[in-house]
Amino acid sequence: MAELKARDVLFDPIFKRNPIGLLVLGICSALAVTSKLETALVMSLSVTLVIAVSSALVSMVRDLLTSSIRMFVQITIIASLVIVVNQVLEAFLYDISKQLSVFVSLIVTNCIVMGRAEGFAMSNRPWLSFVDGIGNGIGYSAILIAVAFFRELFGSGSLFGVQLLALKAEGGWYEPNGLMVLPPSAFFIIGLLIFALRAWKPEQIEEN
Amino acid sequence: MAEESPRHNFFVTGVLAVVCSLLVSLTAIGLGARQERNRELDRMRNILVVTGLYDPAVPIEEAFSTIEIRLIDMETGEYVEETEAPPDYDQRLALASKDLSSPVPNKEDIAGINRKEKYSWVYLVTDGDRLDQVVLPVRGRGLFSTLYAYLSLDSDLKTVRGITFYEHGETAGLGAEVENTDWTAKWPGKLVYDEGGEVRLALVKGGVNPSSTASQYQVDALSGATITSKGVTSLVKYWFGDAGFEPYLRQLAQEGAASG
Repeated sequence: MAELKARDVLFDPIFKRNPIGLLVLGICSALAVTSKLETALVMSLSVTLVIAVSSALVSMVRDLLTSSIRMFVQITIIASLVIVVNQVLEAFLYDISKQLSVFVSLIVTNCIVMGRAEGFAMSNRPWLSFVDGIGNGIGYSAILIAVAFFRELFGSGSLFGVQLLALKAEGGWYEPNGLMVLPPSAFFIIGLLIFALRAWKPEQIEEN
Repeated sequence: MAEESPRHNFFVTGVLAVVCSLLVSLTAIGLGARQERNRELDRMRNILVVTGLYDPAVPIEEAFSTIEIRLIDMETGEYVEETEAPPDYDQRLALASKDLSSPVPNKEDIAGINRKEKYSWVYLVTDGDRLDQVVLPVRGRGLFSTLYAYLSLDSDLKTVRGITFYEHGETAGLGAEVENTDWTAKWPGKLVYDEGGEVRLALVKGGVNPSSTASQYQVDALSGATITSKGVTSLVKYWFGDAGFEPYLRQLAQEGAASG
């Protein structure tokens, strides 16, 4: 295998191998936390941090692991980091952590994190694994933030809580789209984003 | 990857477990005080919300300082001095203590709370010398979790002024709709007690018929959340019944009659 370049490892997961767009992983949380940009952004940062640090740590200990215990070790590392992230959010961003509620803890089960630990960090150096984690985190975040952008704008007429479209209920002209506030709308938007991504890069279309 | 051997595996997982648990417990201890303060502020905010005094522009502690906080004995319904309870009495922690709480017999435990505390905090909003509303902490079992709420009563001690569910683990979109402000807005003005002093307030399925006389005791149930709705009805029934705050409310009514 050719030597991997940090640059490619960092940028490939954004459009070329997007974890949500191409692999369709980690979409559960994408439904739950994207009704507002603020929560989507905090969730994105948390996930990126967890993927990057857990990949680096798994990579550091990869030579000590045997195939029968490697999964336990990976999940223990990931779970510990998620608890730490959750604790920090509760201490410093209490309101947002209340809105994210259980979904921060559920980062443990986000397939992207485990996928990168098992698929990349187990066979690469710590630094490269860290960069790969950041890259995949950015790829995940890009989709999450795009979805939240549309959902908040059309569902509540605002961005980051700042009212941009004057709502009819408050004497304006915009009738908010109720569907956008509900989780299924995230499915539609993710579907459309994947459609757009594959129309732009046809090599991502799967053979039937 | 390393050579497979039980000794090696035990050693690696053992060390990992210790390192990870250290990391987790150190963060928990290091940030505990800050989290506790956040929760405290959130509690105050919820009490302010239920009384309608909440204003995002005013610092929470400042607004909260106008509310009178008293401790009552759940058995007698009388006020007790704060010195009778342990310092910084925590109602939630009291449930784990043998001295500060007692088990609720199964037959009486309609709200599914298992244990009842000996003392409870109550929050009084006064308008000059006159009592304006009283906020009571209530809780009860829903479908997956215990629902925690504050319910505020008007000075007539039977009309609801507001309710806010501040902690629960119900299903998002169904049971979790107890938090929905459109729904909690249906509560103010409803009567907890009927003329005979019985707790009558209940959630009803299929919508409240506003023209019926019973509608003053009825709130729409949450659609798709039958068990959560039943839980809410039961918790109202329990906490406003004899085992709950009824003795206190009786005391309060007498006091009001004496001074007014």
